[in-house]
Amino acid sequence: MILPRKSFRLSRRRLLKGLAAGGVLGASSARAAEAPAEAPAGDPAILEPRPWSTSLGPGVEDGSYGVPAPQEAHVVRRTVPWLTADPAASVSFTPLHELDGIITPNGLCFERHHSGIAEVEPDGHRLMIHGLVGRPLIFTMRDLLRFPRESHVCFLECAANTGMEWRGAQLDGVQFTHGMLHCVEYVGVPLRHVLAEAGLRAGASWLLVEGADGAGMSRSLPLAKALEDCLIAFRMNGEALRPEQGYPLRLVVPGWEGNLWIKWLRRIEVGDAPWGQREETSRYTELLPDGRARRHSFEMEVKSVVTSPSPQAPVRHGKGPLVISGLAWSGAGRATRVDVSLDGGRDWRPARFSGPDLRFALRRFYLDAEWDGSEWLIQSRAMDEAGRIQPTRRQLQAARGVNSIYHNNAIQTWRLAPDGSLENVDVE
Amino acid sequence: MWSRGVLLALLLTAGGARAEESPLGLGREATEAEVAAWDIDVRPDGQGLPEGRGTVEEGGLLYDDLCAACHGDFGEGAGRWAALAGGRGTLTHRDPLKTIGSYWPHLSTVFDYTRRAMPFHAPRSLTDDEAYAITAYVLYLNDLVEDEGFELSRANFMDFALPNAGGFIEDDRWSEPHYAPGLEPCMSDCLPGEAKVIGRARAVGVTPDGGGGFE
Repeated sequence: MILPRKSFRLSRRRLLKGLAAGGVLGASSARAAEAPAEAPAGDPAILEPRPWSTSLGPGVEDGSYGVPAPQEAHVVRRTVPWLTADPAASVSFTPLHELDGIITPNGLCFERHHSGIAEVEPDGHRLMIHGLVGRPLIFTMRDLLRFPRESHVCFLECAANTGMEWRGAQLDGVQFTHGMLHCVEYVGVPLRHVLAEAGLRAGASWLLVEGADGAGMSRSLPLAKALEDCLIAFRMNGEALRPEQGYPLRLVVPGWEGNLWIKWLRRIEVGDAPWGQREETSRYTELLPDGRARRHSFEMEVKSVVTSPSPQAPVRHGKGPLVISGLAWSGAGRATRVDVSLDGGRDWRPARFSGPDLRFALRRFYLDAEWDGSEWLIQSRAMDEAGRIQPTRRQLQAARGVNSIYHNNAIQTWRLAPDGSLENVDVE
Repeated sequence: MWSRGVLLALLLTAGGARAEESPLGLGREATEAEVAAWDIDVRPDGQGLPEGRGTVEEGGLLYDDLCAACHGDFGEGAGRWAALAGGRGTLTHRDPLKTIGSYWPHLSTVFDYTRRAMPFHAPRSLTDDEAYAITAYVLYLNDLVEDEGFELSRANFMDFALPNAGGFIEDDRWSEPHYAPGLEPCMSDCLPGEAKVIGRARAVGVTPDGGGGFE
């Protein structure tokens, strides 16, 4: 594509050099360090028998739920303790820097709840639909499993994702700057089927959707969106929703801000006007420089970020081939293009996509680069099917000031230093 | 976008549906008592307000017991817990203080949210009268009523408009200049010179530990 073809090809010379380097790295193990100074005959990882190759491993873990290898124990959600007042009304962040592809493992999906995790007993869970309907209805979980079902791979982004970065670079890691984001395969019942069961009366134009948690989390949702593509989901990545993701029932609102995706969904009221709930007035509204505030800003805007390398995922291998990997998405549907800059936004080259290209899902991009060991200012810039281009932080600040909190989709800059470390920086 | 065809297909004629009109016949009809037990929302136009009443004085006693530990004795907030009062005229400042008095558009939201989700450790524990009383006290903390004997009720609730009622606009993000139709992404010489680092997260120093990097 942009880079000369030869830079992708591993020459025999480089392959041999690489093997030699592997041998040197292997020499850092305690045992090899005691070896004589002369060049080793090869890689100890090959020459020395490994315990896992010369013994019997554990048997099948009967009845258990598999967990990642112990060496992956650092791949976890993390919190920013100073951000919120209480862990029961807080947020944890997805470790985007450790993930590849587009699917987020269930146990790594970021959490946001306002009265802790509701520990719902599914047999005692009900979904009520009432208001401007033909007749108010109650559904059990068993009832809902008898409706026609759909599967959709969707990204879920909190409207406050990147919200700490409005004034400039603040948090030093993509997990913290962009980790209120996940993408899973949701399976559930299209909301329109359930609404059809109750029937809509004249004037119906808004829904109140409400959770069973202590916060009674509640939002107003335009009926048109509900009829278009919302799901009442009970499965994520094949299995039941995790408790922190709304077990046994959550709303899926493709492309729209995460706060609308009501967890532990228990009530839908049909009405003819929005309800002015706390989460759509005091919160999830964007204060502009003139003192007015935007409301009902539901759609997530075109956005991308390089997930690796990034401050938590530095370059440990020195100069040479470097995989730059990132995510792009848009509430308009598809991210159609991503460009990457290595000089802070002066010059750009197209990245390549790999993997599924699904509406309202994350999309994975790569740039296969050749790092010369110099300072790079790495950025990515997405474009979506609506033709919108991801703005710079300066453009967003010019249009919205710095007190919007929500809907920050600015281009992110990572400074790659000659030692391979990276830092979240602001450039102009 | 507006799925009018689907919407019309779902609309019923006046008078509502009979059971056999449900396409799948799933679920059962909710009783009035069931709907009443869960239907706790209050709209800005007053729909959903229950019967009830409460005075500023009564609300002050409840507030001191149930609310002040997080929201401060005078609604000024505590730590990361929200301030409920003050901040009038600060929305255009560099550090605006967004409170019920300075930012919230609807009084109904105060009643709805208090009854729905407060106090934090015991949501849904307030009676309707107590929710009216606390709402009245929040008006008092914001200098929107001055008489401690003032009683808020369903009858006079709609007499109050919060100061920032007119402060909200509908979503107009797509009219911003960086989203102007037909823009093409710049590919070269997009900055006047070399990019300069003008801010660094490490200088701010608020990132939690963990997550790798060269540590």
